[in-house]
Amino acid sequence: MTTEDMVKTSARSKTEDMLNEYIPILILTITAALFAAINLVLSHLLGPRKSSRSKLSVYESGMKPRGDARHRFSIKFYLIAMVFIIFDIEVVFLYPWALIFRQYVAAGPFILIEMLVFIGILVLGYIYVWKKGGLTWD
Amino acid sequence: MFGAILWFAFPINKPGDTLLQNALFFVLGGVVVISALCVIYFRNPIYSALALVTALFAVAGLFIILEAYFVAAVQVIVYAGAIMVLFLFVIMLLNLGDEESLEDRLSWAKRVAVVIASLFFAEVFYITIKLVGSVNAPKVTSGQPVGDPKTIGELLFTKFLLPFEVASLILLAALIGVITLVHRRSDERSHTSSDT
Amino acid sequence: MHPSLTHYIGLSVILFCIGIVGVLVRRNAIVIFMSIELMLNAANLAFVAFSTHLGDTSGQIFVFFVMAVAAAEVAIGLAILVNVFNIRRSIHVDEIDSMKG
Repeated sequence: MTTEDMVKTSARSKTEDMLNEYIPILILTITAALFAAINLVLSHLLGPRKSSRSKLSVYESGMKPRGDARHRFSIKFYLIAMVFIIFDIEVVFLYPWALIFRQYVAAGPFILIEMLVFIGILVLGYIYVWKKGGLTWD
Repeated sequence: MFGAILWFAFPINKPGDTLLQNALFFVLGGVVVISALCVIYFRNPIYSALALVTALFAVAGLFIILEAYFVAAVQVIVYAGAIMVLFLFVIMLLNLGDEESLEDRLSWAKRVAVVIASLFFAEVFYITIKLVGSVNAPKVTSGQPVGDPKTIGELLFTKFLLPFEVASLILLAALIGVITLVHRRSDERSHTSSDT
Repeated sequence: MHPSLTHYIGLSVILFCIGIVGVLVRRNAIVIFMSIELMLNAANLAFVAFSTHLGDTSGQIFVFFVMAVAAAEVAIGLAILVNVFNIRRSIHVDEIDSMKG
């Protein structure tokens, strides 16, 4: 066995260890799915089903339901969700930056400037949204 | 299509194979394919959106098998979280029911579409089987693991610095675009104030 | 990796083709957007598979850029869609034909 092979096998066993760490998550996922499925099936099989008019009506705190359940809501929700997505992406880029920041900042402030340019461009957009009144509700 | 199924059903087992990874790959791959088919099959866009969430989660699972843990996390946060919320918002906003059937008018287009897609599929699949097998380069095992967030950070802020800054410009353009498209319209609506 | 690279690329091709069929067959603009997301994910899967198999992290960085572009594209596309719906009361792509020559 050459040293290269040994490196390979050690790397492989390491990645297998990392994968094995996910087995509890897998078991948890399967257990949760099974629990939900079994309960649904059991209650469907065992529960008595006697339906009456008032039982089948839509529950609305005891009031008589009126209007359509599906009615359009304000476009403001969409605007906020959109702005959220943009800054969500920004945070994704911030995380690896934060991990290497301490190591790189010792060599000079270049890494700080890189991120400041990135955030600065997005802050421009933020100010634009703010000035346009995209963040006010009324 | 059948060839593909057969090919997937009988993987080439090498001595070092672990059962777990193979099983996970085929389970997740199956989930991806089935839920992707559901996305384009369901009439109701809400069901399509939910099937898309399943597909995105399964792809995140595949990223985990590929040891790209950070990418998997980002996939769940950005795609399965944020982008799906946006889709559902728009569906709710437009308040669509079942889409009415356009079968008759479109039957020829559907046939052409399926033919084109299967031609493309056959072509790329052939190339994949033919060529990718020979690309199986040995895994470079140097220092840090490939998907490590630290490695990603180091590359991102040195080699890929320019694309990184340009990405912020794209996001800025998206912000301004959405405000221009959506906000102006809601202003106009507040003047007329027709709906509640 | 134990499932070979070919398996991942094959899965990616299948996913991409499902996306193509979705774009070509469906007439609901929202579902067309979802199909485009499927195709982007197929590309991401291929990127990550190659990245892991070749031991090169660059592929995973492309995935982040793809995600950033996808987020921008979805946001703008859906904003256009909302506007189209408010003007035409429909998001069937066949009915949006007023720019036909």
